[in-house]
Amino acid sequence: MLILHCPYCGVDADETELAAGGEAHLKRFGPGSSDEEFEGYLFGRENPRGVHLERWRHAHGCGKWFHAARCTATLEVFGTYSAQVTEPPAEIREAITAKRPGWSWREFS
Amino acid sequence: MQRYSVFAVAREALRFHKGWERAWASPEPKKKYDVIIIGAGGHGLATAYYLGMNHGIRNVAVIEKGWLGGGNTGRNTTIIRSNYLQDPSAAIYEKARSLYETMSQDLNYNVMFSPRGVMMLAQTEHEVRGYKRTAHANSLQGVSTEFITPERVKELCPIMEIRGPRYPVLGALWQARGGTARHDAVAWGYARACSAMGMDIIQKCEVTGIRTEGGQVKGVSTSKGEIDCDKLAIVVAGHSGQVAEMAGFRLPIESLALQALVSEPIKPCMDVVVMANTVHGYMSQSDKGEMVIGGGTDGFNNYTQRGSFHHIEETVRALVETFPIISRLKMLRQWGGIVDMTGDRSPILSKTPVHNIFINCGWGTGGFKAIPGSGWAMAELVAKGEPGPLAAEFGLNRFREGRFIDESVAAGVAH
Repeated sequence: MLILHCPYCGVDADETELAAGGEAHLKRFGPGSSDEEFEGYLFGRENPRGVHLERWRHAHGCGKWFHAARCTATLEVFGTYSAQVTEPPAEIREAITAKRPGWSWREFS
Repeated sequence: MQRYSVFAVAREALRFHKGWERAWASPEPKKKYDVIIIGAGGHGLATAYYLGMNHGIRNVAVIEKGWLGGGNTGRNTTIIRSNYLQDPSAAIYEKARSLYETMSQDLNYNVMFSPRGVMMLAQTEHEVRGYKRTAHANSLQGVSTEFITPERVKELCPIMEIRGPRYPVLGALWQARGGTARHDAVAWGYARACSAMGMDIIQKCEVTGIRTEGGQVKGVSTSKGEIDCDKLAIVVAGHSGQVAEMAGFRLPIESLALQALVSEPIKPCMDVVVMANTVHGYMSQSDKGEMVIGGGTDGFNNYTQRGSFHHIEETVRALVETFPIISRLKMLRQWGGIVDMTGDRSPILSKTPVHNIFINCGWGTGGFKAIPGSGWAMAELVAKGEPGPLAAEFGLNRFREGRFIDESVAAGVAH
């Protein structure tokens, strides 16, 4: 079972306590954007086989949203971090690099 | 191709079964093909078959990373139905269901299609209304379904507890002509027929790159060398995103694990397929006597072909309430497959940004039932370069244009 550390309440939460929220760090597009931008924002997804940055909610715990870095091929979790950021913090990137040298995900690496 | 028949069995019985030939050849790839199909699952092989049968294109290679039908074709719960709400879905799934009816004869290969009937239980008032609506939509689409009473449900499936405390059965959407088929045999039958038409089925050959020139496909790089082609069809289900990336475009797809399990075999106790979408479980009994059970997908992207344990628990917990008879059964085995989910839970059969690359993906949790219809429509798309009536609504551009074929809201939760 997948276990993620909630960065807000500090609990190591089981998968059953959590709700997955899909790909993280999406760039939002609002009124006035082109059809192409809307399509990318609403439906285009990285869907990588490997490092994935994603949103989770500690639904049956503190209720807070947070971010996780996880490998979709092995389910290895590289770390979790605050939802109040627009890109993965340095220590998360380092933790991923230590396990997956040369990784990249969108413009991050 | 050596025809299978009762005479062939008798003839071989008299000579110690020494005369059977291999069902399909395993050739080395040629330098160039008219059409290369990536993925030798049901959909890829069906595409090849109808390219040959309907369009006369036989210089075709089907290349496969693993073994034939070893992906989702060999991992599903083999349910065949076409009781969808939206017109484009009903059309393609009904085409598929009707092709299943004569598939064994068409392919001269017994796919054990068993039109035993599929019922989708309505266990909430909302579902009752939803399924009545679907039944009406189906009669307009020419798909034969009906909404049946709880008493009729009990009559069709006596082992069911219809007065359960949490999930009483309030009725069901019944498609008498739905059923099951032997999933491996579908892949094997198509492979044999394709091989007989002179097509090359190349297993253990992984595509590592797609070569394009000026927005036009030139060929593929594989673990067995470079192969050129005029047209390329990507039919790889869960790994569509990776292959599309090689060709330089993105898909509106996320890959999730969906799992299924079978119980130990028991005596025949259930001769219909039952799906319970509220609790998200579905069950039928295989010819070997195993109860074949499927449930929901994992909630998060993954490629593990394993699945989360608690989803199995949820599925079984719900089914045990509806089928008390299975509570003491042991689980024989469990497995997972990677399903490619689109935003509207409908498939993609489409041209792509690269000229002469076509993609067939996004069947999500319900691809097996669609295999012949999908192959039929995809072959037309590849042969003509433009989608025919069956595939027209399933283009990639629907996501940009907001023209969804929304089967997730249409209570098509479980496939």
